[in-house]
Amino acid sequence: MNPKNFNRLFFVPIQGASLSHSAAAEIFNKDESRTDWHDETLWFVREKRDKAVRQIAEWEQLRSLGSTIKDHTLSNLDNYLAEFEKNAQANGIKVHWAIDAEEHNEIILKIIRDQKVEQVVKSKSMLTEECHLNDYLAKRGVEVVDTDLGERIVQFRNEPPSHIVLPAIHLKKQDVSETFHEHLGTEKGNNDPQYLTEAARQHLRTKFIHSQLAITGVNFAIASTGGFVVCTNEGNADMGAHAAKIHIACMGIEKIIPNAEHLGVFLRLLARSATGQPITTYSSHFHQPRVGQQMHIIIVDNGRTKQLGRPDFRSSLKCIRCAACFNTCPVYRRSGGHSYHTAVAGPIGSILNPNLDMKANADLPFASTLCGSCSNVCPVKIDIHVQLYKWRQELVSEGYTATGKKVAMKGMAFVLSHPSIYRVAGKMGRWMMRVFPFIINNKSLNPWYKQREMPEAPKQSFRDWYKKNKQ
Amino acid sequence: MKVGLFIPCYIDQFYPKVAVATLELLEKLGCEVVFPLNQTCCGQPMANSGFASLSEGCDKNFVANFGEVDHIVSPSGSCVLHVKEHLHDQDEIKAAYIRKHIYELTEFIVDVLKVENITASFPHKVGMHISCHGQRGLNLSSMSELSAPSFSKPAYLLNMVKGLQLSEPKRVDECCGFGGTFCVFEEAVSVKMGKDRITEHAVNEVEYITGGDVSCLMHLEGILKRQGSKVKTIHIAEILNSD
Repeated sequence: MNPKNFNRLFFVPIQGASLSHSAAAEIFNKDESRTDWHDETLWFVREKRDKAVRQIAEWEQLRSLGSTIKDHTLSNLDNYLAEFEKNAQANGIKVHWAIDAEEHNEIILKIIRDQKVEQVVKSKSMLTEECHLNDYLAKRGVEVVDTDLGERIVQFRNEPPSHIVLPAIHLKKQDVSETFHEHLGTEKGNNDPQYLTEAARQHLRTKFIHSQLAITGVNFAIASTGGFVVCTNEGNADMGAHAAKIHIACMGIEKIIPNAEHLGVFLRLLARSATGQPITTYSSHFHQPRVGQQMHIIIVDNGRTKQLGRPDFRSSLKCIRCAACFNTCPVYRRSGGHSYHTAVAGPIGSILNPNLDMKANADLPFASTLCGSCSNVCPVKIDIHVQLYKWRQELVSEGYTATGKKVAMKGMAFVLSHPSIYRVAGKMGRWMMRVFPFIINNKSLNPWYKQREMPEAPKQSFRDWYKKNKQ
Repeated sequence: MKVGLFIPCYIDQFYPKVAVATLELLEKLGCEVVFPLNQTCCGQPMANSGFASLSEGCDKNFVANFGEVDHIVSPSGSCVLHVKEHLHDQDEIKAAYIRKHIYELTEFIVDVLKVENITASFPHKVGMHISCHGQRGLNLSSMSELSAPSFSKPAYLLNMVKGLQLSEPKRVDECCGFGGTFCVFEEAVSVKMGKDRITEHAVNEVEYITGGDVSCLMHLEGILKRQGSKVKTIHIAEILNSD
C-alpha cells in the first residue's frame, strides 16, 4: 500500500483546512533544530511558571478557589450576565449581545459605518480571532491594526497567531527582522531585538494617535460593578482605548466573575500560569466611558451555551486563556500552534474546538498522549486530558472516524475478546515477525518502523512459559 | 495473600521476561501468585482510540478471569489505570471489587506489602523514566507541575538495590510520546518526544533506562536500537528481581 492510501484509510480528511494535525506536525518536525528551539523556548516559559507558583505557599488552594468560583459562575451564568448588563448600562456603557461570530462582526461593522470610522486599532482578543473579525472587516474595506507586538508581527506576515499568549512564538528574531524590513523599512539583517521593538513602537504610536476606534478583549467582567478588566504586558489596550473616541470590548459569555474581590484570585492565577510573572504589567479596569467617549461591550455566545449544555465538557468554559497547558504540552511544543488549524490551539483548543465544528476538528482530541500535564498546570483545574478522552468517544460515536481505523478497532476488539483466538493470533503474529520480518519492517506500511525498530518476537509467550514451568 | 497476575497482552507476546520477573519477584516477597490463563487485554487500545464502546468483550473477559482473587497486580501503570477508571460489567459488584483492588507492581509492593528491604543487586547506572499514567493517574510519584512534597514509589524501591546508581533526566516527568495508537497516528511527534527523552538520559551517561511501563520502554527501545545506541531499556521488575 502506498502511504497516500494508508492516510486515506486511517485519517479523516479535515474539512476546510488543508492538513490534519499529524500531517502538519510531520512537516513542522522536518526541521529538527527549529523544533528543538520551539520546544525549549516554550519549556523555558513552563519553568518560569513553576518557579513563580512555588513562591506562593497556597498555590494549590488558589487553584481550587479559582475553579470553585468559575463553577459557581457557570451554574448561575444567566443571572450574572443580566446583573452585569444592568450595571454596565447604568455606568453608561452600551451593551450588545451576539449569538454567533457573524453577529459579533456585524455589530462592530455597524458601529464603524455609523460613526464613519476609518482608523481602527485592536489589542489582543482571542474572541475576535475566533470570529475572524480582521478578515471580515478587511473584506468590507476596513483595515484593523493589531497593536500587540506579536499580533502585529503575524498580521504583517498574513499568518494567524500560533499561541494565545505569545502569538509569534513560532518566529525567530531573524524572521521578525525580515518581516520588519519588508513592512517597516528597518535595516536588512539587523536582528537586534531592541532595534526591532523600537521600530514597532514608533510605527504603532502613529497608529494609536490617529485611531478613531479601539477594540479590546476582556479578561474579566465583573457582574456586581458592570466594569471589566483587560490584562496586557505592553499597555497597548490602554493606549488604544485612551486615544480613541470609541472603545469596543468583546467578551465571551464565560468571562463573567461575580465580584471585584474575585480578581484577587484570578489576577494572581493568570499571570503566574501564563508567563511566570506575579501579575501582568497592566491590569486595566474600565468602568465607564470618559466624557465624550463611547464605550461598547459585545457579549458573545458563539457555541458557548451549547458547550455549557454538554455535561462532560461544560467545565472547559472555566478557561481564563493563560496558555499554561500549551507551554507544558509536549505535543504542542513539538508541533507548533499552526498544526492545530484553529484560533485557539493547544490542549484547551482541542477540547473547545470540536464543540464549534466536530468534523473540521475531529483530529484534535487525538493530538495528545493523554499524559495529563495540562490538567495539572491548569489554574482553574479543568480536567483537560479527561475531556480529550471523552471527545474521542464522542467523535467516534458521531461517526467522525476513518473507515480503516474502525475496521482495525473492530478486528482488535474481536480478537481480544476471545482468549483462544488471541492465543493463535499472538503466535501467528510472532511467527510472521520472525519468518517474514520484511512485511513488518516496512517504512511505508508500518509507521512504527519509520524511525523505530520493532521489538524482537520471542518464540514463546509468557503464557507458554507459565504452562510449562508453573503448571 | 492470593494475587492474580495481570499480564498485558503485548507483554505476554513480546516481553515474557518482564512477566516472569514480576511473577518471581512477587513470589520472593511471599505472595501466592496465580496467572488466570484466559486473560487477554484490558481494552485500553480501543478505548483510548475512541472505541470504548467496543471494549465490552475485554471487560467481560477481565472480570471472568480476575473475579476470584484478593488483589490484582500488573507490571504496567497504564493498563492498571485503565481498569481502575473504566472497567464495567454486568456483574458490577465484581467489577467494582476489581477496580478497587488492582495495583501497579511498585504501588503494590510499597503500599500493600509494605516492603522495607529488597535483596537485589544491579551494579549499573540507571535512568528513571516516569510513565505518565502511573504517575499522574495512579499517583506513584510526585508531579513537577504541582506545588507538593516530592516522593516516588519506584525510586524508593530502586534505591534499595545494591550497586544501582539512579539518575533522572533534566525534565523529570515529561512524556516519552508513546501514547498508545498516538505512536503511529502521530508518528513524527511521537518519535521526536522519545528522542528527546533519550538525549536527556544520555547526558547522565546511563547504561539502562528503566520504568514501570513496558509500552514506553518498547517505544524508547525501538528508537535506541535504530540509533545504534548501547543504552538498553529494562523494566523495573527485572531490576528488582535481579540477583
